[in-house]
Amino acid sequence: MRRVAIASMAQSSGGESRDSLMDFTFRVAKEALDKAGMTRDEVGCIMIGSSDIFHSGLSCSNSFDWDGTGAFLKEGSRAEESIFAFIYACMRIMSGQFDTVLVTSLVKGSENPDNDACTSFFADPFYLRPVGMNETTAAAMQMREYMWRYSITEEQCAKVVEKNLGNALYNPYAHIKKKVTIDDVLSSPTISDPLKVLECAPKSDGVVSVLLASEEKVGELTNRPVWLKGYGCSIDHFYPGDRDLLDGELKTAAAAAYKMAGITDPKKEIDVAEICEPYAFQELLWCEQLGLCGEGEGGTLIDSGVTRMNGTLPVNPSGGVLAMNPYVSRGLYRIVEAALQIRGRAGEHQVDKDVKTALAHGTQGFAGQCHSVVILEG
Amino acid sequence: MSKEYRTIRNDVSLPYRWSLGPVWTRFFDGLKDEKIYGTKCTQCCKVLAPARPFCPGCFGAMTEWIEVGQEGTVTSWTLVKNRYYGQIKEPPYIMALILLDGTDCGFSHFIGGIEMTDVEEVKKKVAVGTRVRAKWSQDKNATIYDIAYFEPVG
Repeated sequence: MRRVAIASMAQSSGGESRDSLMDFTFRVAKEALDKAGMTRDEVGCIMIGSSDIFHSGLSCSNSFDWDGTGAFLKEGSRAEESIFAFIYACMRIMSGQFDTVLVTSLVKGSENPDNDACTSFFADPFYLRPVGMNETTAAAMQMREYMWRYSITEEQCAKVVEKNLGNALYNPYAHIKKKVTIDDVLSSPTISDPLKVLECAPKSDGVVSVLLASEEKVGELTNRPVWLKGYGCSIDHFYPGDRDLLDGELKTAAAAAYKMAGITDPKKEIDVAEICEPYAFQELLWCEQLGLCGEGEGGTLIDSGVTRMNGTLPVNPSGGVLAMNPYVSRGLYRIVEAALQIRGRAGEHQVDKDVKTALAHGTQGFAGQCHSVVILEG
Repeated sequence: MSKEYRTIRNDVSLPYRWSLGPVWTRFFDGLKDEKIYGTKCTQCCKVLAPARPFCPGCFGAMTEWIEVGQEGTVTSWTLVKNRYYGQIKEPPYIMALILLDGTDCGFSHFIGGIEMTDVEEVKKKVAVGTRVRAKWSQDKNATIYDIAYFEPVG
């Protein structure tokens, strides 16, 4: 298999965009091409991460998205999960079929119904939807089990918000810019007990593009390639009641990614992690399942300060999904932020340490039904 | 703050008709008779409720029907306080995962029959491990709402 590298990247900020969706998409996709000095005609293939009616208000959204992403008159495809779109794009280069692929993921959360209204439609219409299952209620039940089984405290969960929104103050692309204390989080209104409003991600706009290139080609496009070293995905059963909500498929996805990347001790070998945490406690749980701490030790991990911006293993220096939640594209944002850290070009939220290896993670579905993990290296 | 450019509102409402198939139909017909049915996997021996046509773990057909308990143990729960578009009912309400007696999975439904305005009061009555029992609706239409909610027992 051939090696794949990120040649260039572009991202929009998460605040409400005044552009129409197609124009909004075009600007970011064009920026990624311009940064690499490429034209649309020269790109081999286009991959899109976008979602249909509940996140865009139109069906077969790829037919609409084709123009803004530059995919017209090209070979291309679409995935609804943006890290899947990234991985499919990588495969097209690894297989030798294409030398360059532009991956773009897009959503305008500001135009859509509430997250809970949208994610209620993940559920079937005869059993789960009528009893109120959505991403938030599933996460709230997962949080209660997590606190109960491992004695994780509400303060430890709130610390994730204090850390991530603190980091977001230094990220010009973040949607939520607000310094909060642990007390602010704990006293914020209850959404779905035990989840408080500040522990739930916002709803953001976000278009993000990544230009990928083969080893043969990437030297012409950048002098700072970021290499794909490993990836893994895994999807759990649909019904939350059929699963152990604290022992999902992230371990499987991580194991596959680590094996491909040759990582045997993630705690030591990963320099920085961008983790998808739409609900604050999930950062702690996902860290456990990624092997960044032991089982049940997520609370101790945040208490130790290791995952802070200046810690030995910073997690979400960008502010994470709690600061910026473009629902469909949030996974690809994690990849871009991880790659910026490797390049040393993250700006004010660049971590203090040298970054050689970075991890990006994405999740969708009730209580983390689906997980994907990407390992990047400088 | 008004936008510099105009927006348009677009509501989408479309009718869908889902087939329930024989297994879900029999499960919902059971609710009408105040019975909760599950199916048992011949490979892993797990009993799943609601009844399923196949075991999602073993990927084999489930053909053995079992009437499961109407009481169970709460494995997790949440008190919903927020409002959102198209919400199924007026908050506050409690959603829970309940391990029904004789089954091996969480049954998703409401907990009710208690005052819900103060979460601290709720926590005195509902916790992980609380025993609950199905409370049946007066009017039954072979839907999941034939169970009105589960109420704490004892």
